[in-house]
Amino acid sequence: MYEGLYGFVYGIAVFLMQVVAWFFNTITLHGIADWFQTPGVVWFVTQILAALVVFIVAFLVAITFIWEERKVLGRLMDRRGTQVGVLGLFQNFADGLKAFIKEIIIPTDVDKWVYNAAPVILIGASALMMGFIPMSDTWSIANISVGLLLVFAVFSIAPFAILIGGWASNNKYTVMGGMRAAAQLISYEIPLLLSMVAVVILVGSFSFADIVHFQEQNTWLFIPLILGFIVFTVAAIAEVERIPFDLPEAEAELVEGWQTEYGGMRFGLIMLSEYIRGFVACSIAVLLFFGGWAGPDWLWPEIWFILKVLILFAFWIWIRGALVRVTTKQILSLGWTRLMPLAMVNIAIAIGLKVAGVF
Amino acid sequence: MSNLAEQRSGLALGGLTPEDIAKRITEKFPSGVTIASTGPHAVNSKVDKDSLLKVCEFIKSDLDFEHVSSVSGVDWLVENKMQTVYHITSYANRVTLEIVVDLPRDKPEVDSITYLWGGANWHEREAYDMFGIIFKGHPRLERILNPEGTEVFPFRKDFITGRRV
Amino acid sequence: MTEMWLNMGPQHPMTHGLWNLRVKIDGETITEAEPVVGYLHRGWEKLTENRLYPQIIPMADRLCYGASMSWSHLYCLTAEKLMDVEIPERAKYIRTIVLEAQRIGSHLMWLAALGTDLGSYTIFLYSVRERELWLDLMQALTGARMTTNYPRIGGCRNDTPPMFERDFTRVCNHFEKRLKDIEALCDESTIFRMRMEGMGYISGEQAKNLGVTGPNLRGSGVDYDVRRDDPYEVYDQLDWDVAVQKGCDSFARYRVRIDEMYESMNIIRQALKKMPEGPVRVKPPRNAPKGKTAWAHVEDPRGEGLMYIIGNGDDHPYRLKVRSPIFVTVSASPVMLVGNKVADVPAIMGSVDMCLGETDR
Repeated sequence: MYEGLYGFVYGIAVFLMQVVAWFFNTITLHGIADWFQTPGVVWFVTQILAALVVFIVAFLVAITFIWEERKVLGRLMDRRGTQVGVLGLFQNFADGLKAFIKEIIIPTDVDKWVYNAAPVILIGASALMMGFIPMSDTWSIANISVGLLLVFAVFSIAPFAILIGGWASNNKYTVMGGMRAAAQLISYEIPLLLSMVAVVILVGSFSFADIVHFQEQNTWLFIPLILGFIVFTVAAIAEVERIPFDLPEAEAELVEGWQTEYGGMRFGLIMLSEYIRGFVACSIAVLLFFGGWAGPDWLWPEIWFILKVLILFAFWIWIRGALVRVTTKQILSLGWTRLMPLAMVNIAIAIGLKVAGVF
Repeated sequence: MSNLAEQRSGLALGGLTPEDIAKRITEKFPSGVTIASTGPHAVNSKVDKDSLLKVCEFIKSDLDFEHVSSVSGVDWLVENKMQTVYHITSYANRVTLEIVVDLPRDKPEVDSITYLWGGANWHEREAYDMFGIIFKGHPRLERILNPEGTEVFPFRKDFITGRRV
Repeated sequence: MTEMWLNMGPQHPMTHGLWNLRVKIDGETITEAEPVVGYLHRGWEKLTENRLYPQIIPMADRLCYGASMSWSHLYCLTAEKLMDVEIPERAKYIRTIVLEAQRIGSHLMWLAALGTDLGSYTIFLYSVRERELWLDLMQALTGARMTTNYPRIGGCRNDTPPMFERDFTRVCNHFEKRLKDIEALCDESTIFRMRMEGMGYISGEQAKNLGVTGPNLRGSGVDYDVRRDDPYEVYDQLDWDVAVQKGCDSFARYRVRIDEMYESMNIIRQALKKMPEGPVRVKPPRNAPKGKTAWAHVEDPRGEGLMYIIGNGDDHPYRLKVRSPIFVTVSASPVMLVGNKVADVPAIMGSVDMCLGETDR
């Protein structure tokens, strides 16, 4: 009845419910066995399994990105990166295990509820976004008609979580870090959205599938909208808090910024959520500007999509390796005085192309 | 051809030699200053405690001594005196002047030259910290290297630490 | 927001060494600054009064462990003046070459620390990679990479190893190309210039009065270098330039040190050509006359280092005073910090090149 990934999960749910029903049938509780096979329960189990799949994919994606970052950054700095296991792939599992088994130290004076809630909100929002990114026509959990808008809306929950996390830690450094991070993230969302608006003007729809089909039929959108791509890249790097825009967690001044008081698995979750956000930003860039999953037939579209995202992320790692950090005042002036006008010019180009009937 | 040769030849033009500086100081302060010796780029002298501030003001304003290299204290337990030794450098003349000032050991007080040269600030604080020499007029005479609340003056000769190796 | 005092240190990733910088901030702007040192005070000067003259040489190495031979060499210069010892020519040339190699190593370590402060680990790894070559040369000559214990009162400890000139020339040629790479990574990066230009302003007059010396002084336009103006060893027989910049900010101080590295290689090449044969060591007397004083100053990679020594009549010194350049420059740092933002503090203090070993002694 359903296709692709969702259908796969649905099939597993049906199978699981059949097993449970068989078990209850053998102990002659036929009523309960039948209840387990009603469509409502099967649907509910499908949702839970789908959420589980999204979480697992999110974590695996984050781990792959961390591996790629360590290897590529290492080669840029004339060293090899991680070496544990085949090609260094097992290092991150080892790090994750280490983060899991660490002792959890919570300072006494923190606001406990908010302190615990901040990483939960962050990782929850980041994993939620993963559900809306389609990897191909059929390989997605939810393929809704306003997908782009929804992903950006969930993307913007992060400044809130960072601000309350920094404040709740009861530490001068984290408060400053949290405020700086919130200022940076909020001011860079506007160029991000404006560069997306240009794409939507050309395509006429918010749905990811429509955007990719448009690019398959016409041209990859980074050619006419090259300005938009540049603005999007700079704004996305600032949103994900990577070097050169990682002042909120600048080690030299603020000892780790708003994350200072988080240890063990909480810190592991925060780091994972940052890489998940990086993956989401890269995949939106690929979907909007680089044709999404379009590619020749000799590889599956899902593989094309992942390959393009990895290559774009390697470009981001290159930027990180070569540049130094930018200070807060310079970051904010860059966002408001340089990126916004460029994004406006980009929208004008898109409107011009649409009106002239080129697309 | 680097400009080092030109720079070095410039020494012959501008700038006073150590002998000139020694002569001008002894002319201005016939008593209170004795010149011990002069060497290449150096003048060594002894100055009375009471004339120190006037000598320093003179060399700063008239002889272009802009930089205090070092201020150190010495404790002569047997001779029952303390000394402060100043090394003041003139960039324009490329000469360093060494001034040795004797102080009585039971009341080691001397004028502070911090208001003339800010570079002497922490040196004088260290001399106070280690020897107990009071610099009158210093803006902030507190301990600097030893922790606050230390009650002894460690570099004095009657504070014995360690043994001869 | 009201003004508050912020403690940057003593446990802080920025501080190179153990010191505390208390800044009073109004929002993000610094209104006052107060450096607090003394965490690493070992009572060095008092310890020397219980040691024989040659036993103080390895102690002097540990004054500043980044460029250790410049301090043990300064001590040997002072002791040689005290005892009226004239060292052979070959020893002077070897000392000059090794001092300039230590200067390059120290400046590379400074550049590495500056890179991490600004957030770029690439600069750090490139500089440290080049420094390894210079440390290998030190190891071939003296046997140690860091605290070398090489100069002696009366010359050097041992003669040069075979292939000394060839190795030094090879490293100089290789390093010149690599230094251009690292320079391009910093100079041509708009973000690097944005962070360094205009920060940490200290005028030439203020710097002279506050006792700032070395590359920090020459970055403010004052043309004074102890190697040229009060020469020691063989600096007056070689042909080299003094690096001066007029910018008075962090970028000018950075440029002075990069130019100094090129000049050091120039000096090394000339000294290698002119080095004569002969002994490298003479035997100094054991005792120094009672009450006799001597002092010497050198151009340490960080500024003007000075030592003042008083003899005791026997084989222990009576008093040995050390003037450390960074001790005074740190006391002048509030002038550079006030008016800037907290985020600029690592860039400014990084351009000052602090080494805590010599500050606290």
